[in-house]
Amino acid sequence: MAKETDNGYKSNSTLEKVLKAGHFAVTAELGPPQSADAKEIRHKAGLLKGAVEAANITDNQTAIVRMSSIAAATLALQEGLEPIMQMTCRDRNRLAIQSDVLGAHALGVQNLLCLTGDHQSFGNHPTAKNVHDIDSVQLIQMVKGMRDEAKFQCGDDIKGECPSLFIGAAVNPFGDPFEFRPFRLAKKVAAGADFVQTQLIYDIPRLREYMKRVVDMGLHEKVAILAGVGPLKSSGAARYMRDKVPGMLVQDEYVDRMAAAIEGIDKEDKAARRKAWRETGIQICIEQIQEIKEIEGIAGVHIMAIEWEEAVKPIAEGAGLLPRPAVD
Amino acid sequence: MIVGEQKKLEEIMSLLGDAKKVLVAGCGTCVTVCFAGGEKEVGILASALRMKSELEGHPMEVDEITVQRQCEWEYIDPLAERLGEYDVILSLACGIGVQAMTERFPDSITLPGLNTTFLGLPEEQGVWEERCQACGDCILGITGGICPIARCSKQLLNGPCGGSQDGACEVDSEIPCAWQLIWERAEKLGTMDQLIEIQPPKDWAQSRDGGPRKIVREDLQLEEAE
Repeated sequence: MAKETDNGYKSNSTLEKVLKAGHFAVTAELGPPQSADAKEIRHKAGLLKGAVEAANITDNQTAIVRMSSIAAATLALQEGLEPIMQMTCRDRNRLAIQSDVLGAHALGVQNLLCLTGDHQSFGNHPTAKNVHDIDSVQLIQMVKGMRDEAKFQCGDDIKGECPSLFIGAAVNPFGDPFEFRPFRLAKKVAAGADFVQTQLIYDIPRLREYMKRVVDMGLHEKVAILAGVGPLKSSGAARYMRDKVPGMLVQDEYVDRMAAAIEGIDKEDKAARRKAWRETGIQICIEQIQEIKEIEGIAGVHIMAIEWEEAVKPIAEGAGLLPRPAVD
Repeated sequence: MIVGEQKKLEEIMSLLGDAKKVLVAGCGTCVTVCFAGGEKEVGILASALRMKSELEGHPMEVDEITVQRQCEWEYIDPLAERLGEYDVILSLACGIGVQAMTERFPDSITLPGLNTTFLGLPEEQGVWEERCQACGDCILGITGGICPIARCSKQLLNGPCGGSQDGACEVDSEIPCAWQLIWERAEKLGTMDQLIEIQPPKDWAQSRDGGPRKIVREDLQLEEAE
């Protein structure tokens, strides 16, 4: 039998409680190390704790081998940071995923983000075989079935405690075919996604356009949509994202502001340039959050400060999102 | 059709080792059509092997033959008598041909001279593309005649991943995104609703994941002789 939740929640997730209470939620990202070093997770968890409801623990992100998301999520829990354990369909078949879902719940993980996974050709094992036994929509459905119906994917009963995970998914509002994107979200919602996080967004007008269609379809009432934002690190990084990353639309205005940030600073004074860039990057991110907060249907932000976890707290602070609301 | 691509000469030489007498055996069906293992390619490869082995100081005697289909007993059985004289048969058929030769002539050694690459078609002269993975459970009826199992890099059944951009796959801008094609086709046919329905997990037991597959058609089987 599925576990009866007498408190009305699907999971023991703070993220769920904050969203249900109608607060604007904040999540961030914690990338596990390419080593067996637990200290790095503990250190990063310390930087994020208190600034967010929960942090995504990536699962071999960009197909590069890293510490497993289930292990890193457990370490984050020990540090008092709520994890959103990521799970891709690239590396595991339905047997492996379900056993890890059981294990994750048993270890205290409250949130699971269901992903297709970056193709292995991008990573450090491009000759690997990929799995893709199921896709992300089917993954969501499977985890929901385990939670709400006490059933494994094959239909067998889960005898005993069920994994009560708050189920997340990713959306890329700007992927192609553009017309299909809201339907893709609708499929994830129908499959059982409780929340979604968008890909990193700089083009806010286009996000508005996407969200208008999402709101017209009523999807925002069925799923909590967290917009992905992230601070630019330097003018070079801004230009690279604008010019080289497919699907990433970074307006010239931001690129120009990042370039202007270091005007008058001696080229050799690398520390001063870095500081100026980072301050401007954080400032732009704060402004974006303030704009995004006003868009109908957006329930929170997902701050992606990859290998720059220190930036999350000042961003949340600057955007007026601290302290985080208390829920129980 | 089955599309193949000849192995590099160095790899073939290394496979042949110190063989002195070699029969290069082509196939007159799929690999002829894709210019990889037909009579013409057999002739070119045989000449290359003669020259290369000569240059390397251990000349090989290389004969040539091409049969209509290396994957059917009736076409390969006539080879039986002459195979004994060769150290190695270098097959330019697909992997099925190589195995058919091995199975039928267990006393000979048959080696592959090409890589069987995929089931596909010639997109244009000199360009072949994969179209089918022989998954054993065809879904072309619900995907507008475009196969996401063969043509989506992640074999997705419920729409494009986040990496589809400007009609191309995230893996390579030269690969068309299968789901872009499927969506365009659905728009044209007005069948978008079909794509909005959730497709359940695929039964991969029909595919290679169920182990090597076999079809038995009793209606076609010949009665065993009394």
